[in-house]
Amino acid sequence: MSEKFDAIVVGAGPSGNAAAYTLAKSGLKVLQMERGEYAGSKNVQGAILYADALEKMIPDFRDDAPLERHIIEQRMWVMDDDSFVGTHYRSDGFNKEPFNRYTIIRAQFDKWFSAKVQEAGALVICETTVTDLLRDESNRVVGVQVDRDGGSIYADVVILADGVNSLLARKAGFHPELEPKNVALAVKEIHFMPQETLQERFNIGEEEGVVIELFGKITQGMMGTGFLYTNKESIAVGVGCMLSDFKEQKTTPYALLEQMKNHPSIKPLLAGGEMKEYTAHLIPEGGYKTIPKLYGDGWLIVGDSGMFVNAVHREGSNLAMTTGRIAAETVIDLVKEGKAMTAANLSIYRSRLDGSFVMKDLKKYQEMPEIFDANRQFFTIYPELVNRSAHHMLHVDGVDKKTKEREIFSSFRAKRSLFGLMGDAYKLWRAFR
Amino acid sequence: MIVKVEEKLFQNRYRVDAERPHIRIVKPDVCEYECKTQQCTVCCPAGCYTLEGNGKVVLITDGCLECGTCRIICDDFRNVHWKYPRGGYGILFKFG
Repeated sequence: MSEKFDAIVVGAGPSGNAAAYTLAKSGLKVLQMERGEYAGSKNVQGAILYADALEKMIPDFRDDAPLERHIIEQRMWVMDDDSFVGTHYRSDGFNKEPFNRYTIIRAQFDKWFSAKVQEAGALVICETTVTDLLRDESNRVVGVQVDRDGGSIYADVVILADGVNSLLARKAGFHPELEPKNVALAVKEIHFMPQETLQERFNIGEEEGVVIELFGKITQGMMGTGFLYTNKESIAVGVGCMLSDFKEQKTTPYALLEQMKNHPSIKPLLAGGEMKEYTAHLIPEGGYKTIPKLYGDGWLIVGDSGMFVNAVHREGSNLAMTTGRIAAETVIDLVKEGKAMTAANLSIYRSRLDGSFVMKDLKKYQEMPEIFDANRQFFTIYPELVNRSAHHMLHVDGVDKKTKEREIFSSFRAKRSLFGLMGDAYKLWRAFR
Repeated sequence: MIVKVEEKLFQNRYRVDAERPHIRIVKPDVCEYECKTQQCTVCCPAGCYTLEGNGKVVLITDGCLECGTCRIICDDFRNVHWKYPRGGYGILFKFG
């Protein structure tokens, strides 16, 4: 292939698809490379789709996108070994169109998105791994090398949407290897069951869905969370913890997931289901401070490769789509103005990101990873204390409530000093404000 | 709790690139003699790394989920050479 493109996009996940779609739609000549059999076949997510980021590009996506259920109820469960204390927020307000978020199955959703990219006019080549970036004598990126014969392809700009591992950007020296403390490993299973069973079990209607976020003992002292999402006729159940924590202990990720699935509050929700796939994926959770350089002569980084995940709010694919779109818009504007794809010109990408919710949110929570890392009590002591307090208050045994309150307070004091308790409250307030 | 990861992986779809593993251990001696914890044998979500009775770490990539965990946790020795499989090979997620 000797022809030259305006832009090459590496990867067909949410960020790559957003970039390729936006570029192609504007009439630019776009090539997108994907190593999977089809877009989506290498991609893993929980998965929740936040409508807003997609709507900005494809306003009528609801007409034909493969959406599972819109979320009407969010549950947060703080787990002890055989109990949980939880909050549920359910609102019929979430039943008003247009819906705000949906569960999706990524292999199907990404395939749909990729079809839109192709309709917009991009050339999408699958089953091809990009192995290197091509540079000219002044070290400018001018194209990509692929693992098929004759595989040098040229373009004015290369957009790296190559995911969390981002081997390409690392190989090119754009950013260093990921550190275990900045990445979480999540494992997930999908369990199928009849739609009616699922709806009865979660007390929901035909299109309605529930999300359960799980904290506490299920991660066995590691920093992490679990989740359970309802699809149309399946449930996605998974757990993720920081790699630095996995590295320090002896429980395998699949044993952790199995134990979580067997929690007495979770097991009945999955009963009778048929497990049809087991997946694993890394999530870049290092936050604002770990964002690498995002542009250079002839290249831009988008999505997970740029560490664009808001771990606190469990947002990632929306940040991916937004960064992909903004990168593409930057390129489109430069082409219109007849400007070259130099680092100086492409730096607009970074300033536009700084002005968007992406960087604002990541900046807001920049201290979060370190605070949780240094304060394991949030994942260990507190979940246990909260659960045991609830049990103590609700267990009627002839002891008066005032005495029970005193006992609960001293159980907190025994596990954590008064100073520690106040300090923890302050840390949480500071981290979230 | 004994959990057999093979039973989970059995549900997955793969196109194995026979004789062309995309991950290899750079120096097997480092795993055997220098690495004390051999955490790859614990952390790999597909159980690709096994600890043999003789202290050797054996890697079989057929069930690999292409997550990258083994490469990143080997930060003390950087003893894992990790590439993506050739285009079209490796794990083929049905649902993702």
